[in-house]
Amino acid sequence: MSGISVIKPRSDVLKRQDEIVSSLKGLLSARSLVIDEAGRRAFETDALTAYKRLPLAVALPQSSEEVADILCFCKSNDLRVVARGAGTSLSGGALPAEDSLVLGLSRMNRVLEVNLESRYIRVQTGITNLGVSNAVAASGFHYAPDPSSQLACTIGGNVGMNSGGAHCLKYGVTVNNILGLKMVTMNGDIIEFGGAHLDGAGYDFLPLIIGSEGQFGIVTEATLRILPKAENARPMMIGFQSSEAAGACVSAIIASGVLPVAIEFMDRPAIKVCEEFAQAGYPLDVEALLIVEVEGSKSEIEALLKKLEDIALQHDPSVIKLSQSEEETAAIWKGRKAAFGAIGRLADYYCMDGVIPLSTLPDALNRISEICRKHNLRVANIFHAGDGNLHPLIMYNANDADEKIRAERCGEEVLELCVDLGGCLTGEHGVGIEKRELMLAQFNSADLIQQMRVKSVFDPDWLLNPGKVFPLETQESYLSSVR
Amino acid sequence: MIVQAGEQGLPLEICGSRTKRCIGRPMQTAGRLSTRGLSGITLYEPTELVLSAKAGTPLDEIEALLDESGQELAFEPNRWENMMLTPAGAPASGEAPATIGGIFATNSSGPRRVLRGSARDHLIGVRAVNGLGEIFKSGGRVMKNVTGYDLSRGLAGTWGTLAALTEVTMKVMPKAPDTASIIILNLPDEAAVNAMCAAMKLPYEVSGTVHLPAEFVTRLSNPDIAQLGVSITAMRIENFPAAVSRRIAELRERLKPCGEIYQLDHDRSRGFWTDIRNMSFIGRGDVPVWRISIAPDRAPGLVRTLRNHTDCHIAYEWSGGLMWLELPPSTDAGATIIRRVIAEFEADAMLVRAGQSARAAVEVFHPLTDANMALIRGMKEAFDPKRILNPGRIHAGI
Repeated sequence: MSGISVIKPRSDVLKRQDEIVSSLKGLLSARSLVIDEAGRRAFETDALTAYKRLPLAVALPQSSEEVADILCFCKSNDLRVVARGAGTSLSGGALPAEDSLVLGLSRMNRVLEVNLESRYIRVQTGITNLGVSNAVAASGFHYAPDPSSQLACTIGGNVGMNSGGAHCLKYGVTVNNILGLKMVTMNGDIIEFGGAHLDGAGYDFLPLIIGSEGQFGIVTEATLRILPKAENARPMMIGFQSSEAAGACVSAIIASGVLPVAIEFMDRPAIKVCEEFAQAGYPLDVEALLIVEVEGSKSEIEALLKKLEDIALQHDPSVIKLSQSEEETAAIWKGRKAAFGAIGRLADYYCMDGVIPLSTLPDALNRISEICRKHNLRVANIFHAGDGNLHPLIMYNANDADEKIRAERCGEEVLELCVDLGGCLTGEHGVGIEKRELMLAQFNSADLIQQMRVKSVFDPDWLLNPGKVFPLETQESYLSSVR
Repeated sequence: MIVQAGEQGLPLEICGSRTKRCIGRPMQTAGRLSTRGLSGITLYEPTELVLSAKAGTPLDEIEALLDESGQELAFEPNRWENMMLTPAGAPASGEAPATIGGIFATNSSGPRRVLRGSARDHLIGVRAVNGLGEIFKSGGRVMKNVTGYDLSRGLAGTWGTLAALTEVTMKVMPKAPDTASIIILNLPDEAAVNAMCAAMKLPYEVSGTVHLPAEFVTRLSNPDIAQLGVSITAMRIENFPAAVSRRIAELRERLKPCGEIYQLDHDRSRGFWTDIRNMSFIGRGDVPVWRISIAPDRAPGLVRTLRNHTDCHIAYEWSGGLMWLELPPSTDAGATIIRRVIAEFEADAMLVRAGQSARAAVEVFHPLTDANMALIRGMKEAFDPKRILNPGRIHAGI
């Protein structure tokens, strides 16, 4: 896809490239700096691979102090900065600008402190999401947010996008699981927010920074809440002949007072692809499948599953299947978490991330099908049903220019539908460049101006992660009004 | 009204029912803008776990409606305004009842916060008016939403200094059908914190922990407990009945080495935690009260150091991570000592209750670094450049 315009590089900065690189060499060791073209190519895109921009240089610092030095340098040289964790953003959140320095945090991946008594872990933000859970697994703890990319994605990226995952119905998303952050501002100040304690009194910058898509500062350390692992967890699969029935079942489960840790939904095309990939035993002859997971002791799980089964039976399920072993449970989740990759083997796809009020689910699915039919594109639906977070995967052929444009237009219409139904453009992937121009569908200009004023508090020169989040024209008119 | 105040340069007190008027820094304002008239629940979808209400809606009204569908506010709003009641039980300044806007503006979370998160965690959308009189919205009615910056949660805990909330949308949760609690008697503070931390490390989802010294226990409403004459350490389980019984039994077994353990069943457990949430353990009057938030395992060390300098009675919630301290009356309400001691620990201290002169003279909220304060000033500038909304409520000049 190439329909989204990318921010233009500033020619005066490009002209100074040699001078800037030579100054960076004085500032950073050879290991901390990537300036050759082949090296920089590795940083030219993220998981929204249709967009590529070769950055001017890449810095790979090892400490907050080094980050502070780099940001001071960038500020005095009017150099844009794009923070990068593992580059798994699906919305182009880590896409560089050609006149920018990429600041990669991959070398800052240490665990700094584990405190089981007070139930937190302090890490550098280049550590992977799974790396955090692994660091405390032997002690019987875990870090709750679990994005599908958890093997690769970093805590820094999770903080940037306020990532969720399949299990956030019960445990919340990133913002609900962070106690403290250390952030370096464009002034080179290293500032602590929160700490190892819960809520202080007064202003709380954490929720502003979390989800700010790297536009407020560079977050170098995080203190994360860790939780004791549940005694056991067991999923149940419920198949239906219509998505209406599946949607009604989800509503009934939530209204019943049982709060599963996860309620995941897949439609027929998604089930087929995931089953081929993971051999998880998904039923293939259903239109919609729910994976519902509960936790507790063995007897508690039995009782909860019985209750869920009773609810499901009132919605005409065609199959109900309980996981019978830990291996089966692992396979069920493997299939679900590998869904994006599995579909990627079939076709290029555009992964949407809209959210809808749950009551509109059947209507939403029908209208998504209509939109995709209109554009003559196939779609597979996979989503976090408990919280209404849809991931329609719109399949297209990247080598067909027309189809790429149609897929992009189709995606826009799906997201506009989500907003029309009372939902929002993005539940966990972030705005990035992908949904930037759609922001006016959800917000009016007063809403966006208030957000941009907050951005200016942290980054008055708008050097951090440029060209993201706000429609380009809106950004320009705001900036010209304040300058 | 805000536009007019801005034109005249007259600051406004932004409030709901003013129940927390005696908390925070005292202010002088020319006018008052109460959201009390903005009342009513505008959306409630039990199957989506979401509720919207105008900011002036009484908290009680919301909780009563949720209760009808077996749901609740999982953060169990803390009623710290109750400690401002006069000895006769009359509100010192407020015109009760507390409003939902005030709950989010002050980020008031109660005992269940330790398991289920804070008020701000449950705030998913707002409509508000900034200091220029401009109406803006943020977030929405769905619980997962990363569209743009999260101004909603960013406004939680700002005490009306950035914007006047007009409507709030929150995530609600199913209410557990059953509950029970265990009570351990006569544990010293440090052993109590250790026991509460040990309980929170178990996979039983303990949804409330509190340790009260004997002086505080006498103020509880359950006469059997109030007459115990010793400190108590309580822990709560909420779940469906079979799970409550099993988990309570497991907890009793694990904590057996701590000493004698008693059990509060459903109704008595609910009554006990209502007392905790209502801050009934804090005495009436004007003895200074501090709120300290700290990593639980650092709490005993801080208290040891503090007791070298002053007498104090301390209640511990959140497995030791939240302390409510009663200090002997003094001209600075104990601020000099608290601030000096706390500097050696990573913690946040707020002077919650003290006479107006003490609150005007000392820093009520935790003092911050210059870099942090620069950001707070920047935020004020971004929302309320004319300093109209609750000026000086948290920090002087902001």
